[in-house]
Amino acid sequence: MNNPPLLALSGLTKAYPGVVANDDVSLTIAPGEVHALLGENGAGKSTLVKMIYGLVKPDSGTMQMHGTPFHPNEPRAARAAGVGMVFQHFSLFDALSVAENIALGMEDAPKLGTLSKQIRDVSEAYGLPLSPDRIVGDLSAGERQRVEIIRCLLQDPKLLIMDEPTSVLTPQEVEILFKTLRKLSAEGTAILYISHKLEEIRSLCDSATILRLGKVVGHCTPSETSARDMAEMMVGSILKTPLRTGKTPGDVLLDLRGLNAKSPSAFGMPLRDISVQVRAGEVLGIGGVAGNGQDELLAALSGENLSQPGMVFFKGYDIGQLSPIARRGLGILAAPEERLGHAAAPDMTLTENAMLTGAVREKLERRGMLNWPAATRFAERIIKEFDVRTPGPGNAARSLSGGNLQKFVIGREVLQRPEVLVVNQPTWGVDASAAASIRQALLDLAENGAAVIVISQDLDELMEISDRFAALNEGRLSEPRPAQGLTVDEIGLMMGGAHGMEVAHV
Amino acid sequence: MIRLEKRPQASQAFSWAAPVLAVLATMFFGGLLFAALGKDPLASITTIFWQPLFGDFAFYYRPQLLIKGAPLVLIAIGLSLGFKAGIWNIGAEGQYIMGAIFGAAAGLAFYPTESVLIFPFMILAGALGGWIWAMIPAILKVKFGTNEILVSLMLVYVAEQFLASMALGLLKNPEGFGFPGSRNLQQYGSAHNAELIAGSGMHWGVVAALIAVIFAYVLLARHRLGFAIRVTGEAPRAAKFSGVNPTRLVLFCMGMSGLLAGLAGMFEVAGPAGQVTIDFNVGYGFTAIIVAFLGRLHPFGILLAGGLMALTYIGGDIAQSQLGLPAAAIQVFQGMLLFFLLAFDLFTNYRLRMGRAEVA
Repeated sequence: MNNPPLLALSGLTKAYPGVVANDDVSLTIAPGEVHALLGENGAGKSTLVKMIYGLVKPDSGTMQMHGTPFHPNEPRAARAAGVGMVFQHFSLFDALSVAENIALGMEDAPKLGTLSKQIRDVSEAYGLPLSPDRIVGDLSAGERQRVEIIRCLLQDPKLLIMDEPTSVLTPQEVEILFKTLRKLSAEGTAILYISHKLEEIRSLCDSATILRLGKVVGHCTPSETSARDMAEMMVGSILKTPLRTGKTPGDVLLDLRGLNAKSPSAFGMPLRDISVQVRAGEVLGIGGVAGNGQDELLAALSGENLSQPGMVFFKGYDIGQLSPIARRGLGILAAPEERLGHAAAPDMTLTENAMLTGAVREKLERRGMLNWPAATRFAERIIKEFDVRTPGPGNAARSLSGGNLQKFVIGREVLQRPEVLVVNQPTWGVDASAAASIRQALLDLAENGAAVIVISQDLDELMEISDRFAALNEGRLSEPRPAQGLTVDEIGLMMGGAHGMEVAHV
Repeated sequence: MIRLEKRPQASQAFSWAAPVLAVLATMFFGGLLFAALGKDPLASITTIFWQPLFGDFAFYYRPQLLIKGAPLVLIAIGLSLGFKAGIWNIGAEGQYIMGAIFGAAAGLAFYPTESVLIFPFMILAGALGGWIWAMIPAILKVKFGTNEILVSLMLVYVAEQFLASMALGLLKNPEGFGFPGSRNLQQYGSAHNAELIAGSGMHWGVVAALIAVIFAYVLLARHRLGFAIRVTGEAPRAAKFSGVNPTRLVLFCMGMSGLLAGLAGMFEVAGPAGQVTIDFNVGYGFTAIIVAFLGRLHPFGILLAGGLMALTYIGGDIAQSQLGLPAAAIQVFQGMLLFFLLAFDLFTNYRLRMGRAEVA
């Protein structure tokens, strides 16, 4: 007896300018199956689920639901067909109650009283404690996620898509969530589960599809496959040999001694007891799943967030209390991950954006007065040396494509001859040749005696340019190890294979 | 289908054309309004815009333009610094009142001594009064995260009560036969903000406004602090990354706008108004908000906008007395100006597209 699968995708392809996000992707999900979608950032997981949820239209390929063609034009159509989705970022109004928020997301919401009762019923039935009258602003991240889940469950979905649901949850909340998901699965609701956390997937999922660079590179049964094998499939079985051979590193430039820092934002990750030394001429690669303290580490080094005395040292001096401007004066530069709005001001010209971080070291400022002609020359130099495609330095940052702006942002820091450079996702969204030239620029910097810290989600990139590799997990940094000869298994372990053992600290 | 499409980058041309278009649209629809009220639209518009400048009695009205325009420009320049950085001081009216009270009190304290030092001392006191009043919302904001819009606005009403108390109590003229109001500073030589050239309307407040315009221009275009203000308004996270200290910026912007509003109040009370009275304030602090935006938060734009706003005030008065237009109609007219400005402003960052939207 062969029932038609709940959802069958075949040959789905979606291309964006410059990148094929999904290339001939096929997979099937049976009713009640918990199916994991695995892959690195940029592997095409989000595009795939957006197509299922009707947010993105495939260029070619077909989808079938219960054996009949399924082509949602918009999320409403997908919801009507029984597809629910819980996004990584919640879309809730802080000032409204749980019931009001849920009513807003429904096509024809019942009266609030009736709805509240339904919410109570569902939350009890699935072990998701939540009072419909509470104001969303007062809820924890885990509780907010419950609101989103209950919003989906009220529509009685046949397929529930969850995009990295555990990234904002405490381990206790993860346990509750898994119980709920198992119950749903037992009742016949299929779940498409996106995550980086391999051990989670091994304990929860029945089957897995692994994507790399938009293509399906394998299927497996997680409970019978080791995390190592899955990681190898995700990363690609052969890790490139690093271009650089180990050479004797210079003096210690940057020294973190038990750096602890609270995150300024509610969903941020605090830094916990990070100790590492970075020497002149060395590239330290920092991997790890997004949201494990990457932004916070960069902010603590750039001076955007100050740290307690005795935690951050540069050439032996305590710099934890120095402002970003003072740190730039010393030669500590940084390039944050978010290009628009953080590394650059979107509506300002490239000249103004060159002034943004270049004022001190490029001497674009004298006794508070700004030298705009010099800033324009600096911007022109960045444009020329980093091959930024733009009509000129008078154009607004937001008129540049993501890759070109990235080249500008990295170039702006590299050209200021840093002694310590910290970059987060330096080649994110940049085409292959530009990425190679950015990496080369980082290597050249190190060659000339700078200490470079590269934070990235791209393991291939980190293996290519790092001398030593460490991973961030839950705000902690693993012991750095020489990148050469590091196996996928070891990287996987450093990235959080053993994360279940850290529960006691949360 | 008509739809709006975001421009890849803000149109410079439109950002300057918007105020001109807004004025033209206001003239047109204002004319329709006046016609509906049974007045000759053309005559009404020329009365408002032409008479004060080139009419038969222009010799009387032109000085009035300076007298009304100067406080508007002075206050609006201060406000524009904060507005550019996303710091919303709505309480300039209160800071203007406090500047006037401090300035007047500083002068009256020496009555009837005559000295050239008294007027400069009053200027300092007026600036201090406005600054203190603005630092209340500023400090509450940086220490406790309160909303500066609400606090500064509510402090306007506190200042008004304080003004009434002063006019009826501490600062009341002892020789005023019991009438409310302070001594008239116009009759106290050392404290009088007199016209620099008789009959021109040019007093020290006008000079201060012009200096403020130039100062603000240099600050925003050439100084690190002005750049910090602009970046903070455009992208707060990028500003913080570049090393801007948000707390200091709030204190500077609020303090500066309060200081300039206080100066405006002081020059007004020592000159055109003469006295601290219960109804001393006439809304310059609120109108200056319109002036700041009408001038695109640009110092020279604010200078022009202040002049234009003063023109509609004076022209409106003339139209009221000569054509019998109701005061409310003039206020609607002024409101239209801001309305159309904001409407046309949209096209600085967006453009209209006709035709069906393509499904994404």
